[in-house]
Amino acid sequence: MNELRAKAKELLTNGTVKVVIGYIESTTPDRTKPFIARTAEDAEKLVFNKYCVNNLALYLTRKEFRRTGVVGIVAKGCDVKAIVQLIQENQVNKDDVYIIGMNCNGVVSELGQDFSAETIATKCLNCSVRTPLLYHTLLGTLEDLPKREDKNFVLMQKLDAMSAGERWDFWEDEFERCVKCYACRQACPLCYCERCIADKTVPRWIESSAHTRGNFSWNIIRAFHLAGRCIGCNECERACPAEIPLSLLNRKMGMVAKKEFDFVAGMGLDTPTLVGTYNLNDNEDFIK
Amino acid sequence: MEEEKQFEPKIAAFVCNWCTYTGADLAGTSRLKYSADIKMIRVPCTGRIDPVFLIKAFEKGADGVLISGCHPNDCHYNTGNFHARRRWILFRQLLDFVGIDSSRVHFSWVSASEGKKFVDVVTEVVNKVKEKGPFTRYAKINKEFVIHE
Repeated sequence: MNELRAKAKELLTNGTVKVVIGYIESTTPDRTKPFIARTAEDAEKLVFNKYCVNNLALYLTRKEFRRTGVVGIVAKGCDVKAIVQLIQENQVNKDDVYIIGMNCNGVVSELGQDFSAETIATKCLNCSVRTPLLYHTLLGTLEDLPKREDKNFVLMQKLDAMSAGERWDFWEDEFERCVKCYACRQACPLCYCERCIADKTVPRWIESSAHTRGNFSWNIIRAFHLAGRCIGCNECERACPAEIPLSLLNRKMGMVAKKEFDFVAGMGLDTPTLVGTYNLNDNEDFIK
Repeated sequence: MEEEKQFEPKIAAFVCNWCTYTGADLAGTSRLKYSADIKMIRVPCTGRIDPVFLIKAFEKGADGVLISGCHPNDCHYNTGNFHARRRWILFRQLLDFVGIDSSRVHFSWVSASEGKKFVDVVTEVVNKVKEKGPFTRYAKINKEFVIHE
């Protein structure tokens, strides 16, 4: 923590970065919240621990940071994947971001609970980027991760074994609760469209009232717009007040992208985006 | 004796202006007959077909969807169908995962000179959707929610 503060202070004082986006302690020590450090004094408040769950890459595409100059960001491995994906999609200029990479020892799934094998976030269980792929400075040391069963994956297998009708019933139960608050969209670092298709009214493709029909189209389209782009930070699921297992949809699309195209989002600056490109030899055995 | 009502599927067909639509035109001018269960919607290119169109079609009561465009390398805009193909590979499996059986969604390449193929594709799609029966999932939801538009 001290090295993070020292580094942020150094960067802010010598003018390498204009701001550092990081975490500070919130109401209790087991809660953190995003914070934008602008001065060396601000940097003294920064923390990094197992309760730093937010994906701060979200802020990089915000208008206020577009012209700020170089933005420093405290990023875990998964957050760096989001940054890489944003750079790939030309939403963030590679030279305008200074990544303070953190070696990550897992985070909690929800704030306000102690970190343990029970409460570690699902995304951390099979994490391959505990040391970020891309960074300007790397801080922290790696420790062993607590292990538990990946319930999400078990559920996924259960769903895959079902018939289409049964799956519909499962999702109908889940989507029924959606209140169309769009928290999933707001929390997603890759949902950066200035005007979302859900907000378009002429024509209105996705019905705005919170009934199951519109909820289906919203959640399907949200998942599709993230296909081959979602980096699996699961912020959508964490933000969802209705506790819809949105990560299942994203994870499914991730698995399809891996299976069909051997593609994983956010893993390198030299791989082009999945749906922005095509291959002459793409599978077409389903086309007559 | 009550006459058994035969199921007439509603099938939305999104077809590209340059190949399949022209192919359908050729089928017409060649006096080839194809099912009237197909409701054709002309789009500039298969790349124009947003997956939300398919969902809308199902919401509005379609039992099946046909998507058809130019053969690979024949696209009027060079790459539209390649981009579309990649999206469909992903989208089909997403549809399956949320419980909309992707076997209700049919894809084909039909060029402007393939009037006969268009008729064959339509016949096959209509038969397959008839086999599957009506798509009742959205109908059930639609009944529960009266929506004024």
